[in-house]
Amino acid sequence: MWEQIRDNQVRSVILTVAMGMVLLLLGYFLGLSFMGSGLGGLIIALAIWVIMSLVAYFQGDGIFLALSRARKISRDDHPRLYNIVEEMKIASGLEKMPDIYIIDDPAPNAFATGRNPDKAAVAVTSGLLQKLNRDELQGVIGHEIAHVRNRDVLLMAMCGVLLGTIVILAWYATRILFFSSMAGGRRSSSGGGQAQIIILAIGIVLMILAPIAAQFIYFAISRRREYLADASAALYTRYPEGLASALEKIAGSTAQLKSANQATAPMYTVNPFRKKGRVASDLTSTHPPISERVRILRAMAGASLADYEQAYRTAHGGQKGVVRGAAGLVGETGATGIRAASSEKGPVEKEDKVARTRETSDLVWRLNKYQTIDCDCGVRLRVPPKFKGEMVRCPRCGRVHSTR
Amino acid sequence: MIAVYVIVGIVVILLILIIANYNGLVRLRNQTKNAWAQIDVQLKRRYDLIPNLMETVKGYMKHERETLEAVTNARNLAQQKAGGSVGERSRAESELSGALGRLLAVVENYPDLKANQNFLALQEELTSTENKIGFSRQYYNDSVLRLNNKVQMFPSNIVAAITGFKLGEFFEITVAEEREAPRVSFT
Repeated sequence: MWEQIRDNQVRSVILTVAMGMVLLLLGYFLGLSFMGSGLGGLIIALAIWVIMSLVAYFQGDGIFLALSRARKISRDDHPRLYNIVEEMKIASGLEKMPDIYIIDDPAPNAFATGRNPDKAAVAVTSGLLQKLNRDELQGVIGHEIAHVRNRDVLLMAMCGVLLGTIVILAWYATRILFFSSMAGGRRSSSGGGQAQIIILAIGIVLMILAPIAAQFIYFAISRRREYLADASAALYTRYPEGLASALEKIAGSTAQLKSANQATAPMYTVNPFRKKGRVASDLTSTHPPISERVRILRAMAGASLADYEQAYRTAHGGQKGVVRGAAGLVGETGATGIRAASSEKGPVEKEDKVARTRETSDLVWRLNKYQTIDCDCGVRLRVPPKFKGEMVRCPRCGRVHSTR
Repeated sequence: MIAVYVIVGIVVILLILIIANYNGLVRLRNQTKNAWAQIDVQLKRRYDLIPNLMETVKGYMKHERETLEAVTNARNLAQQKAGGSVGERSRAESELSGALGRLLAVVENYPDLKANQNFLALQEELTSTENKIGFSRQYYNDSVLRLNNKVQMFPSNIVAAITGFKLGEFFEITVAEEREAPRVSFT
């Protein structure tokens, strides 16, 4: 099962190297056209890239979690979520339990961070906890753990940094070009002649094309990793329907994630910026269209990677797959039948929804350091952390409670 | 001179292949052991949860003595077999899974019990432990499959034969309910 993941890894690395080449090419020609030395440009490009990579590598998770205003929770805050994460940790064979974070946001979504599987964290929004049942939540967490397990987090962070470096370089180069031409072309006296003009032309073309090319490569890598994470989630849970129906519920929600921005978008389960009714399979998105992901998951005959590959090919009507080499694998299909739904589903769904909503709001209040007091008359009091008094009176029955 | 280089080259490549294969085998065997330890942790957790569950349930279920006793007996038997072989253990644990499943099915008839906070927390723990047993078994069996493939397939089978690697044993659950075909609903 891991051989294909490694195979996919190789392809991603090739694409990343291609992006690195774009950066080097851009640096070289910009150096040549603006400083007269290709090597100088190369060094500047590399220096920016190295610094940004180091920051992303060592600070990335912290910055990212802070940006999304995520708060760490413990086992007692939400036993079900903790259990599900632990289940997926076991199913994927991760060695260390990832940290769990909650984002107080009604838009259902989730993401994973961590530069290696030992430093992983999984974050989910309160909206997700509220809307999804156990099987669905398991599917989503399986998807996130798959990102950790397949080391997508590091890959996407590094690709993001590469993309950022290319964009920054091209942007500054445009400014320099603009201002130096305003200043009257003082460098034209150096007299390079035709060669100089050609180099400048190449530099300008690269300046325009490099960010676009890099973005396309970046999106291609991102989409590929999403499919692979879906396939892995189905394999871990042995229940593709869970993730499929979770994706549908997430797609059906109209709320937009407040704390997401363009840079952090690829980390989420579902693109937080998706527009409704956007047409399938477009090249300028970090995520494959949800409808297609759902269709592939639902078409799976078993739960193995080979089954996902099969479903993907059927959906795309072609021979090109996402999980390379999976079709040639023997022996894995027998052990990977789809399991039955867990008992929570069915007629109790509606009660569960109320219970989940209550549970989630309790959690969010607690995370905001509100104290909860249950009055005997059935009223639940929420005492804000700024409340200084020692006693509080129940507004309905008038009983007095102490606030510790 | 060239012939010597070629021979040395072939020997070096062979050595590297043998080392790589051997290390791969060791890694898989350790992974299998680790996965087995995971199952063990979860099974122990289940032994610990059952007495609590019994305490909570007893007061509500006066007429289900047989079901309750079956769970307790199955738990004690499974705990006795904890040191036994993989095959023995999987039989005892399947028995326990079946008894627990029947108990949780009966709970549906006791609305009071279903509203008990303590019971709900225990049920979540029990459901999750069942899942974890399932997932660790799944991971263990995947690991065993990979180990067995490597032990039996060429060329690693040669290395395995020389260094004495044995086939791993699958952990199977043989309860009838678990073998049922998956339910699919189109609603």
